Amino acid sequence: MSGNVQLLNDTLAGARAEGRSALIAYLPAGFPTVDGGIEAIKAVFDGGADVVEVGLPHSDPVLDGPVIQTADDIALRGGVRIADVMRTVREAHEATGKPVLVMTYWNPVDRYGVERFTAELAEAGGAGCILPDLPVQESALWREHAEKHGLATVFVVAPSSKDARLAEITAAGSGFVYAASLMGVTGTRESVGAQAEDLVDRTRATTDLPVCVGLGVSNAAQAAEVAGFADGVIVGSAFVKRMLDAPDEAAGLAAVRTLAGELAKGVRGGRGTA
Amino acid sequence: MSSEFFIPDPEGRVPSAEGYFGAFGGKFIPEALVAAVDEVAVEYDKAKADPEFARELDDLLVNYTGRPSALTEVPRFAEHAGGARIFLKREDLNHTGSHKINNVLGQALLTKRMGKTRVIAETGAGQHGVATATACALFGLECTIYMGEIDTRRQALNVARMRMLGAEVTAVKSGSRTLKDAINEAFRDWVANVDSTHYLFGTVAGPHPFPAMVRDFHRVIGVEARRQILERAGRLPDAAVACVGGGSNAIGLFHAFIPDASVRLIGCEPAGHGVETGEHAATLTAGEPGILHGSRSYVLQDDEGQITEPYSISAGLDYPGIGPEHAYLKDSGRGEYRAVTDDAAMQALRLLSRTEGIIPAIESAHALAGALEVGKELGRDGLIVVNLSGRGDKDMDTAARYFGLYETDAAVAADEAGEGAEIEGDAK
Repeated sequence: MSGNVQLLNDTLAGARAEGRSALIAYLPAGFPTVDGGIEAIKAVFDGGADVVEVGLPHSDPVLDGPVIQTADDIALRGGVRIADVMRTVREAHEATGKPVLVMTYWNPVDRYGVERFTAELAEAGGAGCILPDLPVQESALWREHAEKHGLATVFVVAPSSKDARLAEITAAGSGFVYAASLMGVTGTRESVGAQAEDLVDRTRATTDLPVCVGLGVSNAAQAAEVAGFADGVIVGSAFVKRMLDAPDEAAGLAAVRTLAGELAKGVRGGRGTA
Repeated sequence: MSSEFFIPDPEGRVPSAEGYFGAFGGKFIPEALVAAVDEVAVEYDKAKADPEFARELDDLLVNYTGRPSALTEVPRFAEHAGGARIFLKREDLNHTGSHKINNVLGQALLTKRMGKTRVIAETGAGQHGVATATACALFGLECTIYMGEIDTRRQALNVARMRMLGAEVTAVKSGSRTLKDAINEAFRDWVANVDSTHYLFGTVAGPHPFPAMVRDFHRVIGVEARRQILERAGRLPDAAVACVGGGSNAIGLFHAFIPDASVRLIGCEPAGHGVETGEHAATLTAGEPGILHGSRSYVLQDDEGQITEPYSISAGLDYPGIGPEHAYLKDSGRGEYRAVTDDAAMQALRLLSRTEGIIPAIESAHALAGALEVGKELGRDGLIVVNLSGRGDKDMDTAARYFGLYETDAAVAADEAGEGAEIEGDAK
């Protein structure tokens, strides 16, 4: 069975055709439980997200701030396994028909086996993978298998990326390009980095792939601002924080559904919702 | 290279241009750090070729650190090692009390060359943190040290030293609250502050060029030891022995001996309560290849690539990774690695103190315990050089509790330490 890279491409192209940015949400698998995590993803799709990234919790999330670290800890203490991540992808995709990606640090994939991981992700209906600590130079084996299985390979670019390197990265990537809005780890910020728009422009000069901006976006106003120059707006910590702050699971699901709705308005420049 | 004390690998055998030692090493870092890590590599290459850099570093190593360090024969200690001759390379006598200063001064000079004004570093036992805080005081650099919360308690003296030197010490409360988590937090800081900040990495792990660069700054240990043992004993040693956590003091001692096929290179990993108990940090003994903190090497991990929590009585060795060049030496057969328990290390610590009047760091005591074993294996004709990588002052609280040395709460301490605290006279 082939993965859903085409569904991802069509979804992002559809948003562009509507003259708006796509809303991409991030939630870790297994948080607060495996089933609860699946319900949370369904809720953000229901609220208006176009794409969801499922985080594979890691013991050493070097690129994540305290909010996602806390969620990863909860998921790992709950005993989450890669099979649970695959089930999360499968059930979230089957229930909604929407594109679902995995976001993971490299060591779990390396240890699990690239062939096995890509085959299982494609079989679960996954659309691709975001690999924030796998540099392009080390990615040949992954890309060979991802391509074979119909999975997108999403690379991250940063404000510090030089133009020549941007070209190298975007030439190797597929699906979309993840542009980090600022230099830092995940977490909500008062303002989205001023460097983001410049990075999107420099990235666009090297590729036709959609360029989506993540890191720091937490509310509709920020989403609207980013939607003014990017093809997609990626929001993670703000969703996780709503879940962490909720008194119980039902309240958490309602909170992330509401936030997705607000952000969906934001990516439409504040006009209407899906 | 005209320098006497800054002696990068003249052969340039490994790593490759991509930073690989055989199958190990590389550069597994987020895109946000690529430009900064590349800058370090370029600046280090320039510095290596610049006689002025070597002159400045040499001057510091002689007049500030106190190099060369002594090579001390320890005959009363060696009586417990089957009669082999044992010499200690006295990195404990360096300024700040360990080998760490060799690398720190080199990277601090590099920081200035890069025009950066702030330095961050991780520390386990606090020795790298103290050395870094020292260099920052000397050069007028802003300094933040990340240290696992557990380590701030068991190495409280070094926390005070760092603060006295003007550094900010941040206790890291995530994960296992030890060295690995301190490194995670330092990486998070670096990603956010990379324009102003150099990450002064303290061991021969991390992304390329750190494993090769940190090794080069410590190569002086083995170069001196090799010359000194030839003068003193008239021949090369049968074995060079060092403790390994991340592996910086060990690679420093080993590297100059790699071409000498007759010299066994023996690294002593922390076996904690015993490798079989699962409570250890013996990465090369019990780990599997994987990626941690920017490079491929052996890693303590589960079957799905989650890093497992290490344990050692020694904060400086309590790390689930190991420098990639050690992984390469192990797989090629050139290096030998064995595991030494907490108890064996503590017995060796007390034995050296009582037979030679030298109190070693608990880290270095792992190498001493290994040398006692190796000496018995070699017999009376054996000749061993051990890297005494640090002094034990920082460990007196741990040792006092372990052996029940405090006047007031000896009974409590004995309870806490359990069976390991039973004193059976000198170690065998």
